[in-house]
Amino acid sequence: MKPKTLFEKIWDRHVIDQPEGKPAILYIDLHLVHEVTSPQAFEGLRLAGRKVRRPDLTIATMDHNVPTTNRSLPITDPISKKQMETLAKNCKDFGIRFFDLDSPQQGIVHVIGPELGLTLPGKTIVCGDSHTSTHGAFGALAFGIGTSEVEHVLATQCLQQAKPKTMEVHFKGRLPKGVTAKDAILALIAKIGTAGATGYVIEYTGEAIEHMSMEERMTICNMSIEAGARAGMIAPDETTFQYLKNRPFAPKGEEFERAVREWKELRTDEGATYDHRVEIDASQIAPQVTWGTSPGMGTDITKSVPDPASFATETERKSAELALEYMGLVPGTPMTEIKIDRVFIGSCTNSRIEDLRAAAKVVEGYQVAPHVKAMVVPGSQQVKKQAEQEGLADIFIAAGFEWRESGCSMCLAMNPDVLQPGERCASTSNRNFEGRQGRGGRTHLVSPEMAAAAAIKGHFTDIREWKYLGKERETHATT
Amino acid sequence: MQPLRQETGIVTPLDRANVDTDAIIPKQFLKRIERSGFGQFLFYDWRFDSKGNPDPSFVLNQKKYEGSSILLARENFGCGSSREHAPWSLLDYGFRVIIAPSFADIFYNNCFKNGMLPIRLTSEQVDQLFQKAYRDQPYQLTVDLVEKSVYDQEGLKFFFEIDEYRRTCLLEGLDDIAITLQSEEKIAKYEEKLPDYYAIAAK
Repeated sequence: MKPKTLFEKIWDRHVIDQPEGKPAILYIDLHLVHEVTSPQAFEGLRLAGRKVRRPDLTIATMDHNVPTTNRSLPITDPISKKQMETLAKNCKDFGIRFFDLDSPQQGIVHVIGPELGLTLPGKTIVCGDSHTSTHGAFGALAFGIGTSEVEHVLATQCLQQAKPKTMEVHFKGRLPKGVTAKDAILALIAKIGTAGATGYVIEYTGEAIEHMSMEERMTICNMSIEAGARAGMIAPDETTFQYLKNRPFAPKGEEFERAVREWKELRTDEGATYDHRVEIDASQIAPQVTWGTSPGMGTDITKSVPDPASFATETERKSAELALEYMGLVPGTPMTEIKIDRVFIGSCTNSRIEDLRAAAKVVEGYQVAPHVKAMVVPGSQQVKKQAEQEGLADIFIAAGFEWRESGCSMCLAMNPDVLQPGERCASTSNRNFEGRQGRGGRTHLVSPEMAAAAAIKGHFTDIREWKYLGKERETHATT
Repeated sequence: MQPLRQETGIVTPLDRANVDTDAIIPKQFLKRIERSGFGQFLFYDWRFDSKGNPDPSFVLNQKKYEGSSILLARENFGCGSSREHAPWSLLDYGFRVIIAPSFADIFYNNCFKNGMLPIRLTSEQVDQLFQKAYRDQPYQLTVDLVEKSVYDQEGLKFFFEIDEYRRTCLLEGLDDIAITLQSEEKIAKYEEKLPDYYAIAAK
């Protein structure tokens, strides 16, 4: 038999039809739905008189719009409120399981899928959200789709898909101390560019990846889309299986053992080839900070804001000039001298329990700088609860952070959490586009540790030189 | 879906690389539950100042480009968020064709679902079009999906490549859900063999 990549194994297994001269018809095992990209899809079904084919394989929650302050208060934005009510009604009308705002399972869709054990190795997973690539961390083929495709999956449980190409991104060696999965993926994007993986599904391999926790792997796969990739994936291993064991929707007992035996086959065969390969020396990666308005515009914390003239092409030079103008930065400024006004720790990239533990460890014993407004937004109600039980919330609150309810929050600022024009933010999210966190807002993407340290110092600082004041605390396996 | 065979229109040049879907339609406008009415918000933060007044320096506010139906852009157009509100806003504003050296995947795909045609030309060809579109008089192009070409009245003509299936769907305005449903039997048969451990029930 011809050796196959991880991607090809999952792809081949899910192609139910390959009509002559047409794209493949790919079966979808799990469809995640949220309030922003679904209303028009449900409306389309109604207009065409179609039903949801597999409501049992469809799961909905709300995350983008939701306020992260007191949940007992009414939602003040009438249009947001209407969008949320529309999702609730659509789920009711079409018989879809729905984790509402007051549900203990509510959270960012890419946080709750894994934590509930809905995300499993070998599945095809889609959602009307580009960061669906997150779920690839479990050895699933997961990608974002538009609203028309949401409607398509609701109606048929399938998608028409042209087969993407494959790319291996190999992180050789180990990440140095203080350097995180976030730094690794930002370094990759800085290297290959935001369109570097367009048309490809990335498989991440190498020692650095193998040693990562599931949370770290999710951070890596999450930002695959920021390199233009259709999806990112990592072969499942013991770390994956341990994470999934006893999750609410994961198989149990005998069934779990049987599933694990099958999942162990989900790795790239020896001799299988990728269409493209990139290698990165993980041991040489430094903590990253972005300086521009695209996730690829990033550099090491030890370096300075680049001079647009230093770029190779006219397009790059012009992009850098526009970016620096928007960001209000002067070439040659050391990254450590950039002062910040706000800190956002959250988003589907970095709002899981490990992220909060890492940030809390930095913060413990310190106070947020007087001129900085900082907030922590857990990815889900479960993460929030766990962080409170572990005492992390107390550490953040004592240091002067705001401690919020779960949601997308300031990652895209569709809710009341918004930057003011000119405000500069150290953010653990995934996009530093113009206006992403609020019109005129200036976003610098960093790891949770780097964001936490920036909150304390009031400017960026090299986390590798941080003086930890807190006691060494036990880290527990996530529940 | 409205078919598209040929489109003749004025070209609007948007000279920026990596235009993301947040720029095409900022998030505060994603709360509507309809597909229509998004054109007024297209490129909002570039088109209007913070008080909501049109910024005369932005191309869409220049008289020369009024009524344009062809948008000319740079590399990696439509990157970022998967929001289909981006093509909805472009279409509702009046654009049916977007020409660029490259597009982000999800955006590219979303265009076809809405009867819009994204065309990839080489960077050199796109450069030539930019120069023409910047002249004082409105620059008009014709896009012909039947013969897969782009041409003007001055003898310029480029051919482009496009997936045959996408082309057919666009030429005929086909509903692709109906096409997938032609494989219904195969879907049902496949479903009989789904791994039981993928069933979603609290266990």
